[in-house]
Amino acid sequence: MKQIIVSDPTLRDGNHAVRHQITKEQVKAYCQAADLAGIPIVEVGHGNGIGASSLQLGLAKCSDEEMLTTARAALKNSQLGIHMIPGFATIKKDLVKAIEWGVDVFRVAAHCTEADLTQRHIEYVRTQGKTVWGVLMMSHMVTDNILLEEARKMEQYGAEAFVFMDSSGNYLPEQVRTRVSTLVNGLSIPVGFHGHNNLGMAVANSVAAVQAGATVLDGCARGFGAGAGNTQIEVLVAVLERMGYKTGIDLYKLLDAADLAEKEILPSVPYVNSASIVSGLAGVFSGFKRPVERIAKEFDLDARDIFFELGKRKIIAGQEDYILEVAHELKALGRNGKDVAVH
Amino acid sequence: MKVAVIGSGNIGTDLLVKILRSKHLECGAFIGRSPDSKGLLKAQQLGVKTSHDGINYIVENPDCCDLVFDATSAKAHFENAPILDRLGKFVVDLTPAKVGKMCVPAVNLDECLEILNVNMITCGGQASIPIAYAIGQTQKDIEYIEVVSSIASRSAGPATRNNLDEYIHTTENGIRIFSGTENAKAILNLNPADPCINMQTTIFAKVKKPDLEALKPMVESIVNKIKHYVPGYELLLGPTVEDGRIAVIIRVKGLGDFLPEYAGNLDIINCAAIAIAEKYAQAKQSKKTQSTSV
Repeated sequence: MKQIIVSDPTLRDGNHAVRHQITKEQVKAYCQAADLAGIPIVEVGHGNGIGASSLQLGLAKCSDEEMLTTARAALKNSQLGIHMIPGFATIKKDLVKAIEWGVDVFRVAAHCTEADLTQRHIEYVRTQGKTVWGVLMMSHMVTDNILLEEARKMEQYGAEAFVFMDSSGNYLPEQVRTRVSTLVNGLSIPVGFHGHNNLGMAVANSVAAVQAGATVLDGCARGFGAGAGNTQIEVLVAVLERMGYKTGIDLYKLLDAADLAEKEILPSVPYVNSASIVSGLAGVFSGFKRPVERIAKEFDLDARDIFFELGKRKIIAGQEDYILEVAHELKALGRNGKDVAVH
Repeated sequence: MKVAVIGSGNIGTDLLVKILRSKHLECGAFIGRSPDSKGLLKAQQLGVKTSHDGINYIVENPDCCDLVFDATSAKAHFENAPILDRLGKFVVDLTPAKVGKMCVPAVNLDECLEILNVNMITCGGQASIPIAYAIGQTQKDIEYIEVVSSIASRSAGPATRNNLDEYIHTTENGIRIFSGTENAKAILNLNPADPCINMQTTIFAKVKKPDLEALKPMVESIVNKIKHYVPGYELLLGPTVEDGRIAVIIRVKGLGDFLPEYAGNLDIINCAAIAIAEKYAQAKQSKKTQSTSV
């Protein structure tokens, strides 16, 4: 029976859904439950990872240090993971400290065409003897072969696994299948998939990924994550069990952890709302949902128009300041939400 | 005045085109390390003396220049700086090495002639620091300033990419020093969209009571000042207050000298470097005239 590593970014990606306001108490409670359930890796932090608390993306309620040391103390068997984007965080300011705080798994991430930005960070983590994975975001924006080429760079730098993210929730299962096959054939490290649910495909896409040879999957309690949410971890683990894959996770205790998350952390369970469908179709990062909705309201614009315009301009995760500029421009063009354009 | 450029990548080559256009500067040598680099070939086509011997060329031919632009990398500049200092060259450092005095022509051009090594900070720093300075001059109780730049992937060569951490540290340091704010953060995004995006920089500030009345004229005047040496510098939005933060958005279009117009990031740091080099050349010239007339 094949073993699948399930990594749980509830306390990281979920932070997008609450404007990065997850508290220390919530980190502790969920980490204890996840640890009991035997989830192999628990990822913790600001929605965009360590060092990303900012006016651009949202200031976190809890500092990286508070979140990570709290999680560290609560995790007995599970490994502690972080997401790290060069350009937001640096070795000196962030990675050195993360190592001190006891992080085990470093997921160094870049936009899907920019793998070379991660070289120094991946190499640094390797020299420190910690586990490092390469992650490429917004992966729907490139072809299978370009993604493979970029992933190979990360493998060369020393990444011990490679994960690609469907940051906009744009994939359909068939695309995931061919993409994973290309990656598995071209890489010698494990391949993983991180799904978003904008088009209701997160679990189906994750299933397609393992069928094509992926051995790492990300999932969040109740799908807690940006926009329409992520792959729902308790559904994912149940489905994997039915398919005969091993995860090492105790399903009953996982369901308890998910119930606890819903009760203690989630203000509302993510669902696919109209804005999420549009952001998935437009290929815009799911994390833009909250700021786009806020700015649309401030400018009396239709959020859908903003999403399509951002998609047209190929704006990537991290460029949240462009929402404001696009809103100004749409407003100047006289879009007031009443004349919805045909796209 | 004769100048040399070390570093034949995107920045160095764009700089060369600007030097050839300057009335005050003359390129004595364009120096790389790899004989088949695109930049060296371009320089040869332009009829400029080239070498692939790195810093050694200047050590062996000290008369080739009075001023050296270092467009290598932070790591290389740490080695180059003491050598150039011994040779008595005025150095304009375009790497984020932070060895010399930080120079933002719209803010402190005159003070930068006092020592022999000036640092041009970073492209994002050149775009954002004048605005951060204006915020520092006009606002009370500034809690925090943050600058976010987006540049086209194609405009960032290997050294720029490898120096991403240094870019962040150096930009943050510049923001702190020029704005007087302790808390500063810099963020850089590389966007691969085709056609390429123009360089864009957003400056956010958290201020207890934003005073836009005072800020607006100061921003306007400093933008006009920058336009003198960076023609493609443009105020796109603001200053405005949104979601409790001051926001100013800047777009920088390049002159299209080496890379196309979108590479405003190359243009702004190089235009700033030319501005200080010309100032130095003029100061040197007037000293010479004075001493001959005495």
